[in-house]
Amino acid sequence: MTVLGLKETLNLTAFALPQGERHVRGGYAGDLLSWVMGKAEADDAWLTIMSNPNILAVATLTDVSCIILCEGVVPDAGVANLAAEKEINLLGSESSVFALAAQIARLL
Amino acid sequence: MAEALRFHYEVDGDNFTSAGAASVEVKRKLRQLGFDAELIRRVSIAMYEGEINMVVHARGGSADVYVDKDCVTIILADRGPGIPDIDLAMQEGYSTAPDNIRALGFGAGMGLPNMKRYTDEMKIETVLKQGTTVTMKVYINHTKQTEKGTSEEGK
Repeated sequence: MTVLGLKETLNLTAFALPQGERHVRGGYAGDLLSWVMGKAEADDAWLTIMSNPNILAVATLTDVSCIILCEGVVPDAGVANLAAEKEINLLGSESSVFALAAQIARLL
Repeated sequence: MAEALRFHYEVDGDNFTSAGAASVEVKRKLRQLGFDAELIRRVSIAMYEGEINMVVHARGGSADVYVDKDCVTIILADRGPGIPDIDLAMQEGYSTAPDNIRALGFGAGMGLPNMKRYTDEMKIETVLKQGTTVTMKVYINHTKQTEKGTSEEGK
């Protein structure tokens, strides 16, 4: 499924969606950035509540297909623009990390 | 490649927002050079962890990356406080990062373990109150099997 497809199906908020056609092949949930760096795989959807600019570097280096901010968290000031500039898909959801992960798992 | 390519970066210790910029740039360059995705991932993640360490603990430092035909070498040097007990620092979960850094999602005590895990060689030289130099090597065409077994032979 593509990131755009995921957004439409799960009614996610698009803070930045420069590469909606990227495929989502798996997922990872976590907020400790070094854990994410060590465990997330390329083309995962990364579910987190971290909203600071450092998530963009982590997303770039791990090659995840999108970041999804859960629990209604919104990006810190400037982060959405930076995501667009760096071509990183940054989405949002009101759902809990657990609930959203379960929904994504059913779709993949 | 007859001679090693060298990339040099100064890592700004005061700007946490831009931390990781050098690693992202190295990733882009390695991609342009045509290396396989797993090697690029290992080099850039190991370098990012080191870069973050320099920002958190040492107010920045320098990063040099050498690419030759056999390996990618990353040398991170700082003039920070040094590491009193390297074995302890290498333990997963051990961290001396302050609370404000932890609030950003860092300080999980996984930085040095990740650096070791993603590289083929890692050497730490440290002198208390003078600084630390970390040298990491990732071999080309000899990709280490990570725990998940996601590595593949170099192309």
